[in-house]
Amino acid sequence: MGFWIAAITQGLAFVALAWGVYLSARVLRFADISPDGTFPLGAAVCAALLVHHVPPLLATLAAVGAGMVAGYITASLHTRLGVTDLLSGILMMTALYSVNLHVMGRSNISLLDAQTLATRVRTMVPATTGWNDDVLFGAIFLLMSLLLGALLAWFLKTDFGIALRSVGDNPAMITAQGVDRRRMIELGLALGNGLVAYSGALIAQYQGFADVAMGLGTMVTGMAAVILGETLRARGRSLVTTIAMVAAGAILFRLLVGLALRVGLNPIDLKLMTAVFVLVALALPRLRRAGRRADGQAGRRAAA
Amino acid sequence: MIEIRGVEKTFVTPGGDQLAALQGINLTIPTGQFLTVIGTNGSGKSTLLNALAGTFLPDAGTITIDGKDVTRAPEHRRAGLIGRVFQDPYKGTCPSMTVAENMRMAELRGLRRVLRLGLNAACRVTYHDLLKRLRMRVETRLDALIGTLSGGQRQAITLMMATIRRPSLLLLDEHTAALDPRAAEQVLMVTREVVSEYQLTTLMVTHSMEQALELGDRTIMMHRGAIVEDLSGEERKSTRVSDLLERFAKLRHTIEYTAQFSTTRE
Repeated sequence: MGFWIAAITQGLAFVALAWGVYLSARVLRFADISPDGTFPLGAAVCAALLVHHVPPLLATLAAVGAGMVAGYITASLHTRLGVTDLLSGILMMTALYSVNLHVMGRSNISLLDAQTLATRVRTMVPATTGWNDDVLFGAIFLLMSLLLGALLAWFLKTDFGIALRSVGDNPAMITAQGVDRRRMIELGLALGNGLVAYSGALIAQYQGFADVAMGLGTMVTGMAAVILGETLRARGRSLVTTIAMVAAGAILFRLLVGLALRVGLNPIDLKLMTAVFVLVALALPRLRRAGRRADGQAGRRAAA
Repeated sequence: MIEIRGVEKTFVTPGGDQLAALQGINLTIPTGQFLTVIGTNGSGKSTLLNALAGTFLPDAGTITIDGKDVTRAPEHRRAGLIGRVFQDPYKGTCPSMTVAENMRMAELRGLRRVLRLGLNAACRVTYHDLLKRLRMRVETRLDALIGTLSGGQRQAITLMMATIRRPSLLLLDEHTAALDPRAAEQVLMVTREVVSEYQLTTLMVTHSMEQALELGDRTIMMHRGAIVEDLSGEERKSTRVSDLLERFAKLRHTIEYTAQFSTTRE
């Protein structure tokens, strides 16, 4: 039981990451790899502030702010300087490695003695409930995810949000509708990486440390969650369904990872498996088409 | 009123050649006039439309729309003054957004887009009534993703989007060329209705000479980046498609002649 709760709690912490990647990859159609840098950035900023006794909520918000600035810069490299989207993210991710080391002052910070969101809430929950850290964090993350999800759905339905969604959908059309595409990409990526950094801040508090290397594969993990979510969504295409299913995808992904480790997957292979999973999901439509063509040819040959 | 004064644009082809797409265009379109533009491929008719839309900025000359100088304004900054329908029926709408959301996008053209829920009951009624005029039953599908509609339906909706804010200038870029004949006829009919009802200043580029003479009240013919014919009033009424064809044939002859001339000179 404890194992599953831990997996779900971790998944809940990754929900914001999945939404962030959903924003850049799906809504803006911008191949943004900066999450590999902004996720640990969020963790680093939050951890560095927590050890200096900054209130957890404030530290978490500061992490979001840092992520937004980084996302804005990534987008600006593309929109103002003409660097390709992929390279912009790679440059940002690389630069952030040094930034994260500076923020933390060393390669990792332990939060075992620091006040976190959980220690704050623990004082409010009667000790008699016997909730351990996993349950406590899980409850906090769930509540915050619900709040954030509602906020995201509302935001994407505002006039500004509608314009933002059109950016990836039809660039020619939105310019003709008077939308400044560059501005939208800048604000959209800022928002996306703010979510990613928030996720990093939650994970740091949950696992009790921030580490400069914790960002590796963040974007691919987020992609995996988005793909799982889109599979779960099936036919429902409404915005609210999509947001909910992407969240579910993030939790499901952590559950699958937990399960795989439980049945004996070597942790060393985890990133490889994640990459293969995303690759298969991306290649599947093409493989299916090729399969159909082959079938068709075989059918015609049989008929002839 | 639209005023184009001495507008020039030269493109550099991938091969490095200079292509004079617009060679000092002077054109005044009075408010409420429906102007049709014809010309051979590469004559500059689409370039003229794009210059007005702001897809690129001209090398020389000025463009004013209702007294506002928009010559240096990027496309999204002048969009509030302009409604535009593309040739490609899939280019004017956002496929993964709903019909109502697309209409809302267009309704806010040129205005600030703020953090306020976009759709409400009142604007739904407005969109329903507007789309009903298309007689394509799209008004019942306000919440359908626009990508699920046909090209003809999407183009008709794009036209309603382009005119929802009564723009100072409506640009139609061969907007029925890619549609099947029935859908094209329907979209043309709505075009006629909306333009005359709102008294919109309109510039329509077309390949069809019948269309050019039949619609609107003035026709210009372009050739090699210049306006070579400007028909209106009685003169236009007495012009037949065959006259235009003849004129085109003469122009083509001139091309061959100049081509010969330039090769002999080299």
